[in-house]
Amino acid sequence: MTRKGIIDEAMRVVLLCAGLASLSIVVLIGLFILRESLPAFHEIGVWNLLSGKEWRPGQGQFGLLPMIAGSGLVTLGAICLGLPLALCCGIFLAEIAPTWIRVVVRPSIELLAGIPSVVYGLFGLVVLVPAVRQIDYPGNAGFGLLSASIVLAVMILPTIASVSEVAIRSVPDEYRQGALALGSTRWEMIRRVVLPAARSGILSAVVLGLGRALGETIAMIMVIGNSVMMPTTMGGPLPGIFLSRARTLTGNIAVEMSYATGLHSSALFATGVVLFVLIMIVNSAARALMSRNVRGGRP
Amino acid sequence: MTAGGARRTAWQNCVFALFWLSGITAMAVMLAVVGYVMVKGIPEFSIDFFTTSPRGGLSGEGGIASTIVTTAYLVVMTMAIAAPLGTAAGIYLVEYAGNSRNRVATAFLKLSRFGIETLAGVPSIIFGLFGYALFVTAMHFGFSLLSAALAGACLVLPVVVRTAEEAFKSVPDAYREASLSLGATRWETIWKVVLPSATPGLTTGIILGVGRILSETAVFYVTLGGSCRTPTSIFSSGRTMALHVYYLAMETRAFDKAMATGAVLVILIIFVNLAINAVSKRLSAGGNRS
Amino acid sequence: MGTDAPEARLRTVDYSLFYGSFRALRDITIDIPENSITAIIGPSGCGKSTFLRSFNRMNELIPGVTVTGKVLLDGEDIFHQNVVALRRRVGMVFQRPNPFPKSIFDNVSYGPRIHGIRDRGTLAAIVERSLRDAAIWEEVKDDLQKSALALSGGQQQRLCIARALAVEPEVILMDEPASALDPVATMRIEELMQSLKQKYTIVIVTHNMQQAARVSDYTAFMMTDEERAGNLVEFGATKKIFTTPADRRTEDYISGRFG
Ligand SMILES: Nc1ncnc2c1ncn2[C@@H]1O[C@H](COP(=O)(O)OP(=O)(O)OP(=O)(O)O)[C@@H](O)[C@H]1O
Ligand SMILES: [Mg+2]
Repeated sequence: MTRKGIIDEAMRVVLLCAGLASLSIVVLIGLFILRESLPAFHEIGVWNLLSGKEWRPGQGQFGLLPMIAGSGLVTLGAICLGLPLALCCGIFLAEIAPTWIRVVVRPSIELLAGIPSVVYGLFGLVVLVPAVRQIDYPGNAGFGLLSASIVLAVMILPTIASVSEVAIRSVPDEYRQGALALGSTRWEMIRRVVLPAARSGILSAVVLGLGRALGETIAMIMVIGNSVMMPTTMGGPLPGIFLSRARTLTGNIAVEMSYATGLHSSALFATGVVLFVLIMIVNSAARALMSRNVRGGRP
Repeated sequence: MTAGGARRTAWQNCVFALFWLSGITAMAVMLAVVGYVMVKGIPEFSIDFFTTSPRGGLSGEGGIASTIVTTAYLVVMTMAIAAPLGTAAGIYLVEYAGNSRNRVATAFLKLSRFGIETLAGVPSIIFGLFGYALFVTAMHFGFSLLSAALAGACLVLPVVVRTAEEAFKSVPDAYREASLSLGATRWETIWKVVLPSATPGLTTGIILGVGRILSETAVFYVTLGGSCRTPTSIFSSGRTMALHVYYLAMETRAFDKAMATGAVLVILIIFVNLAINAVSKRLSAGGNRS
Repeated sequence: MGTDAPEARLRTVDYSLFYGSFRALRDITIDIPENSITAIIGPSGCGKSTFLRSFNRMNELIPGVTVTGKVLLDGEDIFHQNVVALRRRVGMVFQRPNPFPKSIFDNVSYGPRIHGIRDRGTLAAIVERSLRDAAIWEEVKDDLQKSALALSGGQQQRLCIARALAVEPEVILMDEPASALDPVATMRIEELMQSLKQKYTIVIVTHNMQQAARVSDYTAFMMTDEERAGNLVEFGATKKIFTTPADRRTEDYISGRFG
């Protein structure tokens, strides 16, 4: 073989190794976490882990239900508060806002999506928690699901707004012109033509936001109170549940990781697995829901 | 028709008013957060703040000098691992596996895509969990820059590989054909033609990775330790600026210092975004002129 | 084929090509003479580009391509040769101008550089000679550092020809080199081919009958058969193909009755 041929072949092998290394990192992370979590699933049992209401590592009690409830509720709260606003903002920017607003707002939203979560957490801690504390409700300390939901809503707003805006903007102009030429108002055009055409992109935006909400760690630790307890209404009306303290799955891992050993450590890995599976379920559910809702549009 | 038209237009105006309102609200909310941090934080800036290190303990006294150094070390170390690896993997996926008729290569491609997509959606604390258990404990690197950089590299690897793949895919095949038809080997083609054309895209990926490391807290919370001293070796513990914000807020209640550190982070992120915009502007302006 | 034809440079023997299971070329046997221009004509989709790309093995870049039969360059089977060395001997100009996003100088010097020429002076000489041969020197000599992408389409195509010439190939393949160009630029490229054939063997694919008649010495007419595989219908001196074709289908095609 010529010298060139040797270099060419050598580089191919080097690059192949890089590819293999990247892939094996992916596989390694998956396998490692699964392996570490196996003792927990084995000794505690999947069902006990998922449905147990007590998490007392000192006494060998490992129930994740409070954290599942915490993660679920805080995400629900964030979605209720943030999603409509975020989607409207995305539609507004893509279709309605005058150019000068877009030019200013689009980069700022992209910027906001990159702001460190610890900054949002800090804001929540300093501004929101004291504000929520003003609500007169038994057991309310400000720290809890409401503060956490608001922080999270603000955090997912830019992500969802900017990704959905891009999706809507990438709908070809011919569609719009076609609809307008048929005598639609611009709103009818947006609702009947543009949004259906952009739906898969909008869906990705929502999925991204959900993932970010479920996966957020630091900002949650800072404002949610971190108590291991099933969120309760304290005997008040149902919305009162949001004034309860809670802990998220992510927070559970972060707070206890550095001193956990043995089964406790394994249970934290199991927490990671549960978190991952939860995100997968939410993703596929969102996808299934969307694809059933709107049929016959563009693939 | 005209009556219906008028009604429909009126309806549209109502709806649009609502959209205006929500657009303005969303902006106001987001600006309030950043604005608050900046307004509270920037007045705390002083020479001392940037040149002294945190005193540690519960006082919250001192500046952020050592955290700036730690952040810089960590960014450099992480990207030194993730950027070459991710770029090389991107090259392999696009330039070799992408147009191979080999079954194994195609399967490899699919598997990698799937793995990277999945990894990109994994919450960062899971990388922390992995990094803690593998690098800190099992490999005995302890809470250190090394552990944190390795975990951080796993975190940004999907970002780098994805953007690298996009960058290579956007290089027109005509360039490759032209180069090969002149008798260049595949590697020469990649090195002399494909890589230069993909540079802006690759740069974007690397800057994205840097931004990610700057703002990440959870992973480093469980791998970096949190010492407020300036690291002396890759086995030193340390704290990044983002981590410092967390410790200040949660352990010292020195909220003013936390705000100031947060403001520094926000300013850094603004620069990261400006850099990305500058690069992608070059990208869309057409070929790079050499 | 007339015995008066010069020696064959390129030759295929029972050559077939498959895209996966689809047979794009069927049993093509042809002798392409040296220092001449051979035009390949035929209706769209009959496999002209595929056939042309066989001579420098560019089809190998497409996953799933397999071939049977032989392709010979100077009597040697090209599939047994080093592909890089082969492509150096058999240059190619593509349908769409495809300069690299580099300067004019870097475009032309790309080939010589990868073939090991480092000396700046030698490179400069090669660049100038190639640009002169491609009849574009006068237009670009003042600023060789200009980006190639800033040239007009016709200039870019001539630059691509210069780039192909710079590695001193023996054969030049051109796939509809003028299809993206205006009549003036087309004419310049045709003149250029005439001057190049002293030194090179040229094979050109074209859709333009007049062009084939004007510039080529030999013409190959291809067509698809019932299974959509490309066949060589007729090959011979251009004058003969255009005045007294042996095959009915050739006559129909040339006179515009189908295709
Ligand atoms: N990459 C490919 N994969 C599969 N089939 C292909 C590929 N390229 C070409 N073909 C098929 O091979 C046949 C010949 O294509 P080719 O491009 O060689 O035709 P052509 O004569 O050059 O046509 P045109 O005059 O339009 O350029 C066509 O049926 C085409 O569909
Ligand atoms: Mg063709």
